[in-house]
Amino acid sequence: MMSTALQSYREATARQRVQGLLDAGSFTEWLGPARRITSPHLAALDAPVSFDDGVVVGQGHLAAQAVVVIAQEGLFNGGAVGEVHGAKIRGALLRAARDRPQAVLLCVDSGGVRLHEANAGLIAISEIMRALFAVQSAGIPVIALVGGTCGAFGGMGIVARLCNAIIISEEGRLGLSGPEVIETVKGVEEFDSRDRALVWRITGGKIRRTLGEATVLVDDDMAAFRSAAAAEMFGDRPHLERWGLSPDSLHGLQAAQRQLAARAALDGSIRDGQQVWNQLGLGEEVALMSPAEFNLCLEARKP
Amino acid sequence: MSIGKTALLDRLFPSGHKVTEVGQVLCGWGETPAGRVHVIGTTEHAAIDSCIALALSAAVLQAVAEDGTDHRPIVFIADTQGQALSRREELLGLNGYFAHLARCVNLARGAGHRLVTLIDGEAVSGGFLAFGLLADAIVALPGAEVRVMDLRAMARITRIPYERLTALARSSPVFAPGADNYWRMGGIHALWTETEDWAAQLLALLQGGGEDERARLGAERGGRKLAASVAQEVLHAHG
Repeated sequence: MMSTALQSYREATARQRVQGLLDAGSFTEWLGPARRITSPHLAALDAPVSFDDGVVVGQGHLAAQAVVVIAQEGLFNGGAVGEVHGAKIRGALLRAARDRPQAVLLCVDSGGVRLHEANAGLIAISEIMRALFAVQSAGIPVIALVGGTCGAFGGMGIVARLCNAIIISEEGRLGLSGPEVIETVKGVEEFDSRDRALVWRITGGKIRRTLGEATVLVDDDMAAFRSAAAAEMFGDRPHLERWGLSPDSLHGLQAAQRQLAARAALDGSIRDGQQVWNQLGLGEEVALMSPAEFNLCLEARKP
Repeated sequence: MSIGKTALLDRLFPSGHKVTEVGQVLCGWGETPAGRVHVIGTTEHAAIDSCIALALSAAVLQAVAEDGTDHRPIVFIADTQGQALSRREELLGLNGYFAHLARCVNLARGAGHRLVTLIDGEAVSGGFLAFGLLADAIVALPGAEVRVMDLRAMARITRIPYERLTALARSSPVFAPGADNYWRMGGIHALWTETEDWAAQLLALLQGGGEDERARLGAERGGRKLAASVAQEVLHAHG
């Protein structure tokens, strides 16, 4: 079915994202809501539970190729990872390592660990990291999609960066500590979490793409995410080779070490994305560029 | 180096050790009856920023590079209050630095280095995720604090009364700080006591497989009953 109307990825639920990304009718969910596997730890604190514990996992097809899909629901507890939620993600990754689909799509929409079950969540994220390495060792790329309302923060910000590619929208956000946490602990002078433009210049899709933290910038549109994911799977994008369809090599990681060290050596006064853009000779016009224009502009500036 | 860390190294490696501390990062070696092991870690409850993460990943890469085919174990000493909280670090992409460190640790495992973490002091959240929590065997030393967040902060954010949380924490290991809670959930393999022979215990941990058994351990110990079974159900679900 073809549709020309834009469907916002950001406004979609996890289930709508799965439907929108995959070939029509191809999705099979594992441990779906009918199984009613909920978090006992939320229940113990009289907090609301969800029949999928805030994550959808299963398999389907993208452009007729088998994929495993994992989609976090940002509307439930901020997509946060608890025991069941984490175990579903880990199980889906282990299954991908066993069944060898063409790729894993990881739709991250999460603030990180779920505080109501913080210890279980922290261990679960570590287990997800190890399972993700197992998938990559099996030669299967994991593609992160970041464009939900909760972004990818905390442990899920680390997990996203372990992926072979990150597709992000301009509205997508990627980081470790959320602006609210930094403001609460360090004060509003350090990070004013209510300054939305500043938050965007620190954590948003354009600056993440500029620094190489994300691999491609797309419009907040389901079809754009879908075609970018397909391009990562089939296309000639060099970063899939760079980050290895094989396990990380010593040489590859030594090169990554040098790149990250160079970035950390940026002038110490730089604490705003606009300063990074100014250094690249890009001015205020950055905010006005479409994702396509912006990707082209960065490609042209590559050494 | 702090007196505490020197005393710890003396106790772990009575036959000798050479570990230097630069900017809260420990790097060096210790001698065991099974041979020399790498020692890499953090000290003084380090808040892990990009600089510390890079020093740790460099040390891991150096260990892998210099060992060639003789992959000696790496003993991580984790003492971290968590990730550094700063706007500049977020701009740099601190999550990317942590992911890089995690990849380096995984490279070491894949190359054949046995990985053992000793928590001495604190192990908190992101700082712990980036390296210590990825080891094959994780040990909490006496007095070690392991947590995501203390209960007062958790009460404030979840709007669940502090008294209720402390009451529930007596029976549930799932959210309250404590190395024993992490042990019950399988996230920590062993809790060492003050009177034991740590050198002998470390020697025993230098052997073993690299599989992630934590979910199974958590089920066996009764602290995390669903993690293993739910993952297995996904693995075997129809479709």
